[in-house]
Amino acid sequence: MRAVLTVTGSDRCGIIATVSVYLYEHKVNIEDISQTILGDQFAMIMMVDTSRSTVEFDRLGKELSELGENIGMTVRLQHADIFDAMHNV
Amino acid sequence: MFSKFDVIETIEMIEKEHLDIRTVTMGISLLPCIRASAKETAQAVYDLVCRKAEKLVPTANALSAEYGIPIVNKRVSVTPVSLITAAFPGESAKVGEALDRAAGQLGIDFLGGYSALVHKGTADYEQAFLYTIPEVLANTQRLCSSVNVGSSKSGINMDAVRTMGEIVLKTAQLTKDKDGLGCAKLVVFCNAVEDNPFMAGAFHGVGEGDTVINVGVSGPGVVQHALKFVPDADLTDAAEVIKRTAFKITRAGQLIAKEAAKRLSARFGIVDLSLAPTPARGDSVAHILEELGLEVVGCHGTTAALAMLNDAVKKGGVMASSRVGGLSGAFIPVSEDIGMIESAAAGRISLDKLEAMTCVCSVGLDMIAIPGDTPAETISAIIADEAAIGMVNNKTTAVRVIPAPGKQVGEEVSFGGLLGRAPVMPVHTGDAGKFIRRGGLIPAPIHSFKN
Repeated sequence: MRAVLTVTGSDRCGIIATVSVYLYEHKVNIEDISQTILGDQFAMIMMVDTSRSTVEFDRLGKELSELGENIGMTVRLQHADIFDAMHNV
Repeated sequence: MFSKFDVIETIEMIEKEHLDIRTVTMGISLLPCIRASAKETAQAVYDLVCRKAEKLVPTANALSAEYGIPIVNKRVSVTPVSLITAAFPGESAKVGEALDRAAGQLGIDFLGGYSALVHKGTADYEQAFLYTIPEVLANTQRLCSSVNVGSSKSGINMDAVRTMGEIVLKTAQLTKDKDGLGCAKLVVFCNAVEDNPFMAGAFHGVGEGDTVINVGVSGPGVVQHALKFVPDADLTDAAEVIKRTAFKITRAGQLIAKEAAKRLSARFGIVDLSLAPTPARGDSVAHILEELGLEVVGCHGTTAALAMLNDAVKKGGVMASSRVGGLSGAFIPVSEDIGMIESAAAGRISLDKLEAMTCVCSVGLDMIAIPGDTPAETISAIIADEAAIGMVNNKTTAVRVIPAPGKQVGEEVSFGGLLGRAPVMPVHTGDAGKFIRRGGLIPAPIHSFKN
């Protein structure tokens, strides 16, 4: 499944490293990565492929969210279809 | 493909502008549940609803987590109960209570369909059913009731309109310890639709399939936010902004509706393109109208602004969904919209203005508190006026008023949650009693004869 992972919060060292290590450990492939500014906050956006993930999608989402909390960031994992539906005719 | 800006926009819509799926509503036909007695029918109804909707709440919760968009309400609508209790209408309450128990078991907030369709005439079994409504609404928590008293094709059943004035008042009196809460769960319609996912007026029409999923979207805050970026645009351009925003909102609803239907082994029914407000700040239809340039909702110009908003929402939404239905348009419930509440409390919006607004938007006089000593015949006259607007304009109209027990203008009723709070608004005191007591049927308008 193609999914979008977003990380928002105040910029700091190690955000990409922390998230990437988790994804690597769970066999989630990063297909694209970019960053931008969301209001006054840092925002990182990753396109990921969860089809070979070692855990279910809902657990990935929960664990990534918890991981975010540990580093003071908000991490969301969402099915890519919601963005496709809303932004493409 | 989408850009990183699209991703950010969606996230901001959800997290800052209250974008959500307002309801995923499963429509269930109760026709297979008709048995020889009320007791057996009630049991069959309970069993069927619990079985069909068993996975509704967990499925909606899973979709919400997967797509990252809140699904606020999970609901069920059923075949109008008067049809399945026709052989024992006086005992209809047993079925109503069974439905309420089923709703509790399923963990849903409302179940709609304690309803009757009497737009062309009231059968004896339907008259008996109508008289059960106040007590059933007083004795249940989650059950919603609706009665269709008119249509563009058949005219207005004024005998039913007269009865419903009495029923609304009795419902308020039986729930007086809760500010007349029963009336928040009772809608009187003209041109009721059979696939409405929104409460309190949802029921599953007899022309519908066995089990369907209908979805209602929301997003007044998203529209208001989008308009903030074009503060000096003319109204043509503002309408374009609303259309584009409605498209995005509806596409989210369409995605969830199709996926929910697939996972629940039900047919995808419709997406209702409504802008449904909540009492939360930033989730108000009234504030969209004010963003367009009105000082306060209710001032002159409000009807025109609402007409434009309603039309733009439909045009954007229709493009976004393969199946559109329900009420589809902007909702203007007074108690459920912070902008409406504030305008009504300041005496800056009147019942007459609200009535005019219902000519150009998707519903009717909705969640309006009126003085508790309002006579039943005056309530009937309010219903008749609203039904006439629906009948002549070929649109759905509805009345959901709360004659606030023991309260007068200047006081307020408060229901909490999505139902919100409503200042008691004044009604005209002239007597329409003789008009209402005439009864009969107001004939259908000449333009209804299209065959």
